Amino acid sequence: MPNVGMSVVNILEAQGIDVHFPPDQTCCGQPAFNSGFRNDARPVASRFLDIFEATDGPIVCPSGSCAAMVRNFYPDLFRDHPEELARAKKLADRVYEVTEFIVDVLGVEDLKVRKDIDATYHRCCHLLRELDVDEQPTALLENVDGLELKPMERDEVCCGFGGAFSVKMSDVSTAMLDEKLDNVMATGASTLIAGDTGCIMHMQGGLRRRGSDVQVVHIAELLDSQFDLSRAEQR
Amino acid sequence: MKSTTSAFRSAASQALSDVRLQQAHEVVYNGFHRARLSAAADTEDWEAQRTLGKAIKDHTIANLDYYLDMLANNVEKNGGKVYFASDAADANTYVRGIAEKNDVQTVIKSKSMVSEEMGLNHVLEADGIEVVETDLGEYIVQLAGEAPYHIIAPAIHKTKAQVADLLAEESKTERRETAEELTQQAREMLRGVFQRADMSVTGANFAVAETGSIVLVTNEGNGRMATSMPRIHVAAMGMEKLVPSAADLSAMLRILIRSATGQRISAYVTMVNGPRAHDEEDGPEEFHLVIMNNGRDRLLRDDSLREALNCIRCGACMNSCPVYRKVGGHSYGWVYPGPIGSIVSPVLTGLKDGAKLPAASSLCGACHEACPVKINIPRMLLELRSQSAEGVPDPLQRASGFGERMTWKAWQKGMMSRSRFEAGSSIGKLVAAPLKKDGWLKKMPPPISGWTDSRDFPAPASKSFGKWFAERKRD
Repeated sequence: MPNVGMSVVNILEAQGIDVHFPPDQTCCGQPAFNSGFRNDARPVASRFLDIFEATDGPIVCPSGSCAAMVRNFYPDLFRDHPEELARAKKLADRVYEVTEFIVDVLGVEDLKVRKDIDATYHRCCHLLRELDVDEQPTALLENVDGLELKPMERDEVCCGFGGAFSVKMSDVSTAMLDEKLDNVMATGASTLIAGDTGCIMHMQGGLRRRGSDVQVVHIAELLDSQFDLSRAEQR
Repeated sequence: MKSTTSAFRSAASQALSDVRLQQAHEVVYNGFHRARLSAAADTEDWEAQRTLGKAIKDHTIANLDYYLDMLANNVEKNGGKVYFASDAADANTYVRGIAEKNDVQTVIKSKSMVSEEMGLNHVLEADGIEVVETDLGEYIVQLAGEAPYHIIAPAIHKTKAQVADLLAEESKTERRETAEELTQQAREMLRGVFQRADMSVTGANFAVAETGSIVLVTNEGNGRMATSMPRIHVAAMGMEKLVPSAADLSAMLRILIRSATGQRISAYVTMVNGPRAHDEEDGPEEFHLVIMNNGRDRLLRDDSLREALNCIRCGACMNSCPVYRKVGGHSYGWVYPGPIGSIVSPVLTGLKDGAKLPAASSLCGACHEACPVKINIPRMLLELRSQSAEGVPDPLQRASGFGERMTWKAWQKGMMSRSRFEAGSSIGKLVAAPLKKDGWLKKMPPPISGWTDSRDFPAPASKSFGKWFAERKRD
């Protein structure tokens, strides 16, 4: 989903931030860690430390679960590796989810954007419950001109993604997704906004299979004045 | 109770296609979960109370030997007998021994999950003893020949019509219709059993070390009847279910009851302080406390799983869990379902068979948020996934297959260099190209077919963000 990254860059640059992208980065290690393969996740996470330790300033990430991996789960991953554990804890202090960074660090709640649509917001699990990031995206959305936010039943309930869970336990995951999409469609909103790329891919894949024309956007895309919502489907 | 945790997938599929069960599951969210939320919202210092609850349990479990010793001494001082059972079989032998020695004909039960671990009903029935559950929900599942579906609402999966059939068949009287009539019918059926029972077996929501008391929380009063009418009272508890003091008990009751049903206090809170004293009019002649290990020492020894012993069995994690709400209580295959069951059941009955339980989670964290003693359940699910994938600390419990291990090795190689990462996405693009339609894939080969059975999959983007960013900087 390169659009999400582009929108993050657009938003941050509009706030006068000099954005860097360490070109060698790959992954934080979350997929293997969540599947229980910590010995395979550890070198990848260690590489993440190497690459980002070579940079200065805050590390901004448009995904709650990736930020939660570094902040909440690296301590478990490196539990028996004291040298990396200390480095991971230090690095974790620099990691922010994008809406958290905009509101808590930049102190900006109004990005002065206009989007004339009606939409509903899904509160992604890792943002909401691992990072406790909820007020920040809400504040940013409330300040978007022209955006009509429609409340959703059970907006805090998981969409059933859960990484490999969605493939390994496809039937359980799909039942959870169906409940979520029923609630999304019951709002009548044309657009679904969420803050985590995995959940977006999941809900969008389900909506497409249903033949629904509800479009799904990442909150960074919605908050990016340069992002044309009619392009949202072309990821 | 025999474990069928290895059958999780097939049991879950069955539950998913059962429309009536899916409707029944809604009550755990709309009823219990919402009731807990509003009880928490109405309690001014709710977060502080949870923090206190966690501190009390952390302290108790960290000093478990000390408080168990104190509890045992005080129960004996009150005239009761204490038996430390190493496992379910050991506990069953002890309880059978009491029944045999006293020529017990009828045993009444008041809700006890530990007795479910023991499979006690069947053991006593095999000895020719009549065993009757007196909690209405437990009575219903006993009549149906099933296991409890939920730890505080055992018969939540049964419809009113099913309950009516079960009660009519057992009582051989006419079938009744309304909830009031059915409750009345069960009451009439149980009354005689209460009167003829010579022994009761109850659980214990808490035991209080400093007073030697055991505490039962009920809404039906059956716990009080069971602890006062029969000649012999046996209470069975897991070795973690104690608190140091009466003040601690007060703090725990506040969070237990609100988290379980949303009530501020249950209709009954019964404290039992041993057998009838010589100047008391009623109460049992004998009181026995069975304190069971049954594999809990494996949780105690493991730093990363010990927190599971803080559980006070309120059921809030089940009520908040979107997976429980789809697969239901029986899919989990042992006594404890839902998020906490996905930790406790595999550790107590074997991780190799039970590896699907910790895997059956999207790691959404709703259980952690709901837990009155703040148990970080997702963290422990991840821990058990690691133990089952990599065999730490016990390689014999490893459940991962060779193919899966090789897949993650390959993934790791791919992630260790940006050029391999880019090459990986190029291969993805090549594979996806003939399959995609408007940038989406309708069908993918295994193992991704699990996804595309019900969801479209996005084809890889034509240009990565990294390339876009690099070209942009050059401009």
